[in-house]
Amino acid sequence: MPFGNTHNQLKMNYSAEQEYPDLTKHNNHMAKVLTPEMYANLRDKQTPSGFTLDDVIQTGVDNPGHPFIMTVGCVAGDEETYDVFKDLLDPVIEDRHGGYKPSDKHKTDLNPDNLKGGDDLDPNYVLSSRVRTGRSIRGFCLPPHCSRGERRGIESLSVEALGALGGDLKGKYYALKDMTDDEQQQLIDDHFLFDKPVSPLLLASGMARDWPDARGIWHNNNKTFLVWVNEEDHLRVISMQKGGNMKEVFNRFCTGLTKIEELFKAKGHEFMWNEHLGYVLTCPSNLGTGLRGGVHVKLPNVSKHEKFGEILKRLRLQKRGTGGVDTAAVGGVFDISNADRLGFSEVELVQMVVDGVKLLVEMEKRLEAGQSIDGLMPEQK
Amino acid sequence: MAGSFAKVMSGRTTGLLMASLGASAVATGYLLSDTVAADEKRKLYPPSADFPDLRKHNNCMASALTPAIYAKLRDKLTPNNWSLDQCIQTGVDNPGHPFIKTVGMVAGDEESYEVFAEIFDPVIKDRHNGYDPKIMKHPTDLDASKITSGMFDENYVLSSRVRTGRSIRGLSLPPACSRAERREVERVVVQALAGLKEDLAGRYYSLTEMTEQEQQRLIDDHFLFDKPVSPLLTCAFMARDWPDARGIWHNNEKTFLIWINEEDHTRVISMEKGGNMKRVFERFCRGLKQVETLIQERGWEFMWNEHLGYVLTCPSNLGTGLRAGVHVRLPKLSKDPRFSKILDNLRLQKRGTGGVDTAAVGDTFDISNLDRLGKSEVELVQLVVDGVNYLIECEKKLEKGQDIKIPAPIQQFKK
Repeated sequence: MPFGNTHNQLKMNYSAEQEYPDLTKHNNHMAKVLTPEMYANLRDKQTPSGFTLDDVIQTGVDNPGHPFIMTVGCVAGDEETYDVFKDLLDPVIEDRHGGYKPSDKHKTDLNPDNLKGGDDLDPNYVLSSRVRTGRSIRGFCLPPHCSRGERRGIESLSVEALGALGGDLKGKYYALKDMTDDEQQQLIDDHFLFDKPVSPLLLASGMARDWPDARGIWHNNNKTFLVWVNEEDHLRVISMQKGGNMKEVFNRFCTGLTKIEELFKAKGHEFMWNEHLGYVLTCPSNLGTGLRGGVHVKLPNVSKHEKFGEILKRLRLQKRGTGGVDTAAVGGVFDISNADRLGFSEVELVQMVVDGVKLLVEMEKRLEAGQSIDGLMPEQK
Repeated sequence: MAGSFAKVMSGRTTGLLMASLGASAVATGYLLSDTVAADEKRKLYPPSADFPDLRKHNNCMASALTPAIYAKLRDKLTPNNWSLDQCIQTGVDNPGHPFIKTVGMVAGDEESYEVFAEIFDPVIKDRHNGYDPKIMKHPTDLDASKITSGMFDENYVLSSRVRTGRSIRGLSLPPACSRAERREVERVVVQALAGLKEDLAGRYYSLTEMTEQEQQRLIDDHFLFDKPVSPLLTCAFMARDWPDARGIWHNNEKTFLIWINEEDHTRVISMEKGGNMKRVFERFCRGLKQVETLIQERGWEFMWNEHLGYVLTCPSNLGTGLRAGVHVRLPKLSKDPRFSKILDNLRLQKRGTGGVDTAAVGDTFDISNLDRLGKSEVELVQLVVDGVNYLIECEKKLEKGQDIKIPAPIQQFKK
């Protein structure tokens, strides 16, 4: 909640032990890292905007586990959260991001020319290609903590900046509260719109407050470049199209993002970024690039292979259902994307997706023809 | 250290400059005494920037809140540091409910009703038929011997039940309480309940330790409260840390139950199969008084004052917090077009047999009093007794092909 949290002070009337959450049935990154000693050391602190330790961990306390993935169990309320509560967040980040250390530096590379290939994924198998990331506007609190005034400020800044995009990026903003039910359903069916928040992971962190105030979606007229405003992050930026031309998707992604950043800077605002954490977002899982590049791809045979999980792991890829993170696959069609976010650049991650999906499609064709894929098994990337 | 930072953080541009040097330059573990940034934020965003958009809303809070009231109260805090935004969040997040006009705000502590009286008073008035907390006094009467004709025809009435809530003075309410406070509520109440004897002797089942079978048994018996899924509750922060420090206590005979730390500190329920409402209410009053004595022995008391009666989380439950009701079969009457009007005039409400968010199944209805504040417990239970007896008479008349009358409306409390 905004405007400071002096309620935190009253908890000091009780000992840290009395306040410590019961995490015995929990399985998320926060629960693995938090200890009573850490809790005692951090619980009297708050960021300048008043975000406290209990605010950080509430979602992890309320949600012991998730059926498909290991959740993070903590969120940031502002940029400073990652510093004030580093004793908790650094080990969470290390655990979540494959051993990324507090001293590591993250590289940003949004030059699409550095991507090799990616324009020839077989459209008989690859139904659609998509790259998304998030951006936060420096100086504003993040969705778990922002006030209505701040959230509206973020919306109007974003709408102004996006309104200045031209060429094939020219588009229109649809505020959620002014959208008709039909417009909204169309956008959901097109895989464009974000859900009304029903996931307890989001609800428990306070991100759904005041819905649908200051939430909306902007997209270009071609419906290939979209920006979500004020869902789980200030901005989610998405480039997508049918078929397998990931290179074109990534091209547009980089061009669009760079233009948006320029437009924000022209108005005296910049994105939250630092050389250790890269782009700063609400959930620690999205730090670094915040990038998820993926495809919807038909893999009915490969997906039934006993080594499917192992193959994905070695390729550093992740599978989801075609409805997004909380769904299962339907009809052999999977959402395959990069598993990593931090410690690799944007180009590196999309390269992994391009190379990995190419291999998976090759394997699918072999299995269709009744051939073995043993000779195609990849090395661990 | 705080002093030099205060000088630097004198403006938003400065803040941005500091932030651009790297997040670590701005915040290295501010202590609680530093509210400079919070004050800066308040100035940057005047109340008008934060006023919620309530144009599509239909709840008591939305009907009463104005930009002027919001501006006056936004920066106030109760002694427990609870704010207006926290009170109204549930009403902002939930524009309306399909079956009932919701209240749209909650209290975080006893003092909320005082500090934010300018919004709570009109909401209370709206919800409780014009009751004015500033000038009116609420009667408390837990003398069950006064009830007459309290035995229903069991061909129609399947079960009888009376519930209320009680809050422990000095501890924050479910929207606001910390984990330690909530555990303290649990400790205080469970310790007191251990002192109940004879037909009231019983046992506590903590939600964290209950087996799944025990839990299902309690739900099937209509004893256990839901895991919070209603957005009315979750948006009011009441479901935090679930199921920590939540539980249910009931006597061995399963006729007296206490819910701990659901929507209120305690919900107290007396119930049994059949139509003996008088006995249900007698046990209710006796049990409540005994629990009160037991907590007083340890230096605690219930939240109560002469204007609001018993203080609970939701303004709709102020006064008596009492809902007395029956599950009753009314196959003919429920299809009669006059049914709703008859209920209205008798100050009764119908619900499905699953509780407030459900619809009726078959011909069996949950019929209970509408009112909570401005009439005493005895008055409300008598009203339910008289009203349900009237409904049963109507049902019997319709069975015989006779006509029924809509009764005259019951008078509100004296203004």
